[in-house]
Amino acid sequence: MSTLPRPTEAGAGAVRPLTRIAGALPTVLSSLLAVAIALLAGGVVIALSGQTPFPAYVALFEGAFGGRRAIAETLVMATPLILGGLGFAVASRAGLFNIGLEGQMVLGGLCAGLAAAWNPGLPLYVHLPLALLAAAIAGGIWGFIPGILKAKTGAHEVITTIMLNYLAYRISTVVIGREDLVLVNPALQATQPAVDNASLPLLLEGTRLHAGILLALLAAVVVWFLLYRTVFGYKIRTVGLSQGAAAYAGISWGRTIALAMLLSGLLAGLGGAVDAIGLHGRYYNVMLGLGFTSIAVGLVGRNNPFGVVMAGLLFGALASGATRMQNTAGIARDIVYVLLAFVILSVSALAVFQQFQQSRRQTTRARGMTYDRAADEAGEPLVEPPPPPRTI
Amino acid sequence: MLSFFSVALLTATLRSAAPLIFAAMGGLLSERSGVTNIALEGLMLMGAFAAVAGTYFSGSPFVGLAVAIVVGALGGFVFAFWSVTLRADQIVAGTAIVLLGLGLTSFLTEQVWGQAGSSPPVERLPTIGLGMNVLLPVAFLLVPITHWFLFKTKPGLRVQACGEKPEAAQAVGIDVGKYRYAMVIASGVLASVGGAYLSIGDLSQFTTNMTAGRGFIALAAVIFGNWMPWAAMGAALLFGFAQALRFHVQALGLPINQDIIIALPYLLTLIAVTGLLRKSTPPAGLGRHATEG
Repeated sequence: MSTLPRPTEAGAGAVRPLTRIAGALPTVLSSLLAVAIALLAGGVVIALSGQTPFPAYVALFEGAFGGRRAIAETLVMATPLILGGLGFAVASRAGLFNIGLEGQMVLGGLCAGLAAAWNPGLPLYVHLPLALLAAAIAGGIWGFIPGILKAKTGAHEVITTIMLNYLAYRISTVVIGREDLVLVNPALQATQPAVDNASLPLLLEGTRLHAGILLALLAAVVVWFLLYRTVFGYKIRTVGLSQGAAAYAGISWGRTIALAMLLSGLLAGLGGAVDAIGLHGRYYNVMLGLGFTSIAVGLVGRNNPFGVVMAGLLFGALASGATRMQNTAGIARDIVYVLLAFVILSVSALAVFQQFQQSRRQTTRARGMTYDRAADEAGEPLVEPPPPPRTI
Repeated sequence: MLSFFSVALLTATLRSAAPLIFAAMGGLLSERSGVTNIALEGLMLMGAFAAVAGTYFSGSPFVGLAVAIVVGALGGFVFAFWSVTLRADQIVAGTAIVLLGLGLTSFLTEQVWGQAGSSPPVERLPTIGLGMNVLLPVAFLLVPITHWFLFKTKPGLRVQACGEKPEAAQAVGIDVGKYRYAMVIASGVLASVGGAYLSIGDLSQFTTNMTAGRGFIALAAVIFGNWMPWAAMGAALLFGFAQALRFHVQALGLPINQDIIIALPYLLTLIAVTGLLRKSTPPAGLGRHATEG
């Protein structure tokens, strides 16, 4: 009979959360560091353009967090970004770079706008889910196409999704421009206003905060559960980590990436919908750039649902603060895109350093050596330990 | 009457294709050396802005063009630093360059000229007749030059080696990083000149996001042309023809849906990368570093 002591449940439980937090800390810190670097670099750009960065950033901060309305506005701006960022994360976990979030959001917004402009007199609890479903289906299809194309033909998703973005814009422009369609208003380049029963209800009087934020947070929990607590999520993560290992384990790569892209597009479609039937009350046919911002959200959130929520809030704060910055400090709000670019650049650079360090540590451990951080950072080559003296 | 429209349609096609050819030849060089280049769109925008800014402050469009070349080289250098030296994900870095191009140019437009959306008008590059400017023949000259460089010169063949099998290139002593840097910087310069073509060649001012996806269409032309210079030019001409046709459909009374024509480049590229028409063969080492498997 085996008498080996088993690790007690209590012991494991006590250690796990702590080690988890400690393990996540460098990631969180490096994301924050990336944002700090981006703000610094953005400050240099502002200074070079002949303005003073500090008051600009103060205005940015006030616009994002200074008071009830500012915070509500930050949440409003964060809503589509969280959904889009979750979409990016799901695709990334499967090893795909979904640059087509923009097109998926456009079609999601368009279909939600059309469904919400239609007025058959349905009650809220039927009509609103219907509008959201329309957006999810539209976005899902637009995500599934590049997924299935990659699975069947190997066509690179970055190229196909870029093309699908422009096709989505075309579809949107064509539909919105139709004079014979009662659901659209070509002169305004928008759909007709959403009926009340198909709009996301307002959460806070005197602000623009709508129920979309609840949808986004719910989606984050669902995505987390799906990725880390279901077989489907396990398959997605396995495929993303190693296509070969997944095949060896009997996981169908093609089916998994196609479904992951479907889910990714679905989430992005909902992201487009919350802006249309939550914020604006109708869908406007303009290039929003939300899809590109969502990519940054996914990258900064490290493709982790919780991280994506945090990153979404951060970028929501940037977007809402930028309006104040423009009005009070006279800094064009397009600086936000510059900041976004800097965030992406520093995140990708930091990720490389982290990977490098990790592999150095693993190499030293594998060779039975102690990891000397100072020597590593000084760039000294790894030296094998001298062989133990032979005793005869 | 018909011949008038034919000439107008022909020149409009050439005019629409030229900026695409500039950016496509840049993208082709970069991808042939193994660096995936979705940054073209951002680099084109930077060039379009730099050309107008340079012209505005100096009064000469040729100085503007020179500024665009310098800015394009700088943009290419940043992209190369990330994708070659730092070995960051090339698509992530490319996305950042696109956003940087969009953000910097629209931000600076408002900060420099105090109005959102567009710059004041500036002087244009001289024309050579029929609304074509001096850069147009340069674009078409670039095609044989690119072909000659890639297939007939030693450095060009080395560039291809870097793109097809970086480990092997490294093993025979080719400095893969150096060649990739050179090609990515060249792509920055060419895309930037393509942008300048739009802002101080075709038009005479900068407007926010004026490239409107032409960088991505140029990338599509590279892929549709299967990474071959002449074929990429053909694709650029086809896409340019689609753009030009938009404005002539009504005048010619052609029974073609305008929306389908506008969507044509995207649809064709989508079909091309799936290999349904013919096999699409990107450089084998695209996106891979020299020291990984």
